[in-house]
Amino acid sequence: MTALREGQAVFEPQPSRQQSRSLASRPSAADSVFRRVSYAAGAATVGILLAVGIFLGMRGAQALSVARGGFLTQTLWQPEGGAFGIRAVLFGTVTIAVIAMLVGFPLAFGTALLLSEVVGPRVGRILVALVDLMAAVPSIVFGLWGVYFLQKEIIPVSQWLAATVGRFIPVFAVTGTDGRSISDSNFYTSSAFIAGLVVGLMVVPTMTSVMREAFSRAPDGEREGAYALGATRWGMIRSVVLPFGKGGVIGGTMLGLGRALGETIAVAMIISPLFAVNWEVLKSGTNSISSLIALRFGDASQFGLSALMAAGLVLFVVTLVVNFTASTIVARSRSGAESDG
Amino acid sequence: MPGGTSGSTARPVAEGPTGPRRRLRGATAVDVFDVLGAGAAAVATATLLFGKLTAMHGGIGWVVIALVAFIGFYALLASLHSTGEEIKDKVITVLLRTAGVILFGTLVFIVAYTLVRGFPALRHLNFFVQTMWVAGPQDPLSKGGILHAIAGTMIQIGIALAITIPLGLTTAVFLNEVGGRFARFVRTISDAMTALPSVVAGLFILAAVVQLVFHERNGVAAALAITVMMLPIVIRSADVVLRLVPQNLREASYALGTSRWRTVWHVVLPTARSGLATAVILGTARGLGETSPVLLTSGVSTVMNLDPLNGPMISLPLAVYNFVTSPQPNQVVRGFGTAATLLIVVLILFGLARRIGGRGPGHLTAGQQRAVQATSIRTAVRLDAYHHPPAGAPTAPSGRPEELPR
Repeated sequence: MTALREGQAVFEPQPSRQQSRSLASRPSAADSVFRRVSYAAGAATVGILLAVGIFLGMRGAQALSVARGGFLTQTLWQPEGGAFGIRAVLFGTVTIAVIAMLVGFPLAFGTALLLSEVVGPRVGRILVALVDLMAAVPSIVFGLWGVYFLQKEIIPVSQWLAATVGRFIPVFAVTGTDGRSISDSNFYTSSAFIAGLVVGLMVVPTMTSVMREAFSRAPDGEREGAYALGATRWGMIRSVVLPFGKGGVIGGTMLGLGRALGETIAVAMIISPLFAVNWEVLKSGTNSISSLIALRFGDASQFGLSALMAAGLVLFVVTLVVNFTASTIVARSRSGAESDG
Repeated sequence: MPGGTSGSTARPVAEGPTGPRRRLRGATAVDVFDVLGAGAAAVATATLLFGKLTAMHGGIGWVVIALVAFIGFYALLASLHSTGEEIKDKVITVLLRTAGVILFGTLVFIVAYTLVRGFPALRHLNFFVQTMWVAGPQDPLSKGGILHAIAGTMIQIGIALAITIPLGLTTAVFLNEVGGRFARFVRTISDAMTALPSVVAGLFILAAVVQLVFHERNGVAAALAITVMMLPIVIRSADVVLRLVPQNLREASYALGTSRWRTVWHVVLPTARSGLATAVILGTARGLGETSPVLLTSGVSTVMNLDPLNGPMISLPLAVYNFVTSPQPNQVVRGFGTAATLLIVVLILFGLARRIGGRGPGHLTAGQQRAVQATSIRTAVRLDAYHHPPAGAPTAPSGRPEELPR
């Protein structure tokens, strides 16, 4: 099984000894089997994703060819009637994700700094484990909490926001069809605000662990240098930790955004589906692509299903772009630290 | 050192009286009182605003106002005895701690809320040993249970693991040990797969497997949907673990003339064993909790179905969704009970993953270290006996590593 078959040279005629031997190694039989099997596993993984993409594309194209440009501008979703588009659901998806980021980013950023800079190593390790644990909590648990606890507790806050901030900033206002503001609590349930809050809490653990990892990689020498120059802890964080962790902050936020865009079950439980662009985030009624799929797949015809697939394809492309940008940024911010025992 | 006379360093002796030892860490009394005072003022302010002065009401609003007031009062107190940068530092530190308290408080509260609301259902043993076949929605909690959902979850996750473990780990090995342009492409693709929204994975299985192959919703379809979600997670975390295997272990193996396959099997995989177990367990925890893929693919049933190829097979997350969409209060309690069960299973799996994979590759527990030592002593004995065959006096070799022939 040796790579170089030296014994062969003996049987060859004399002149060929002048030529240099080939040093290329020939893998053994077991090795080539191993290579082929692992190659096949890699190919199978690629195959699954390509199958998802191709299938979605092919089935979705059927619906897209009917809807054409209307797919982006139509707010209604009546595939059987021929009028369907993702304008409202895409708007709702983005609204919920933006609210989730507004809630999640400060929490994740603060907690990540707390874990890497403020608390001691022993407490830190416990809290890091807790953050990782929270990332594994099923989303339906968050959804239950959002529907049965947060919904009724947050309505007074929504009403207060609408009555004070809403007077000056139209996004926070809650108005009826006549344009006058409403304070009835029934108009404040199932809103994009509540869904965004819950999704924001769900994605915080993911964001926190990426950011904390980036922060803890800031070199000790620079930290000590900052302290030696008389910096306070915040001064050190601002001048050393944040510049080193910038990539992690951006990348972690975008990873969280990717998850927030695709979140399904918690959103589907909280919102009441509305097929119109609703700028008033505190007001009842919003929508998202993923909850549209989850709520409509059951009664969809073949064509309705392919319309849902087109919507799913759009969601996939959006999350793919967001995630790729995120992982590129995170990877670039990492130094090529290789472990060596 | 040129000054050393006998080659040893002299220990400096303290001269004169030593002062009291200074505390370098911990908070001073003033710091503690700042926090306490600001806290008391914040609670008082929020209570006044909510109870007396304005019409604001509700628990969350109270907490928000109290936190904002706390930060404000703390900044005020800190500015009384500190200057410029120091105030900023203190206020920021308190802000960071507040973020931590909000996050951990909320997350612990969510878990506790689920467990408490689910407790009335969990209290009854029949919840775990009966199916919903024997109980209607309006029956009391002492009738009916979620055994069918537990069985469904176990079957589905079993099938998913049977696909994910070999495929995922082999792919991770391929990424690390074979390499090349195609491996980089596979890594990119598996990264992209983690971005796949779970509901889209479910939609794909619904259209490709349920409609084209089985013509009905069943357990295998659900298991395949879970597989599509779990596979990239397992590949990514196993890839990271394999990358942590020290390169010089591989080089040592190759230097001994080993083939690539034997290096992977005898060096790389055993070294990374605990990390790979963690990768699989984390993937399982994620797969267990996925609701939307099974919502689209498994179908809902209230009876025990152990055949994954025939008929709908419900699982725990779907049972939660199904219970809480019912208007009956008892069904909602059952939903919370199911969610609590799911949560406990996930938490146990996660604890297991931390326990197994808390250490990096090559770091052994005391027990593992003893096992490794015992193995190497046995090897030494074997080698010793091989090199010094028992000629006249067949005494038992002492087996100490020092006696190994070099």
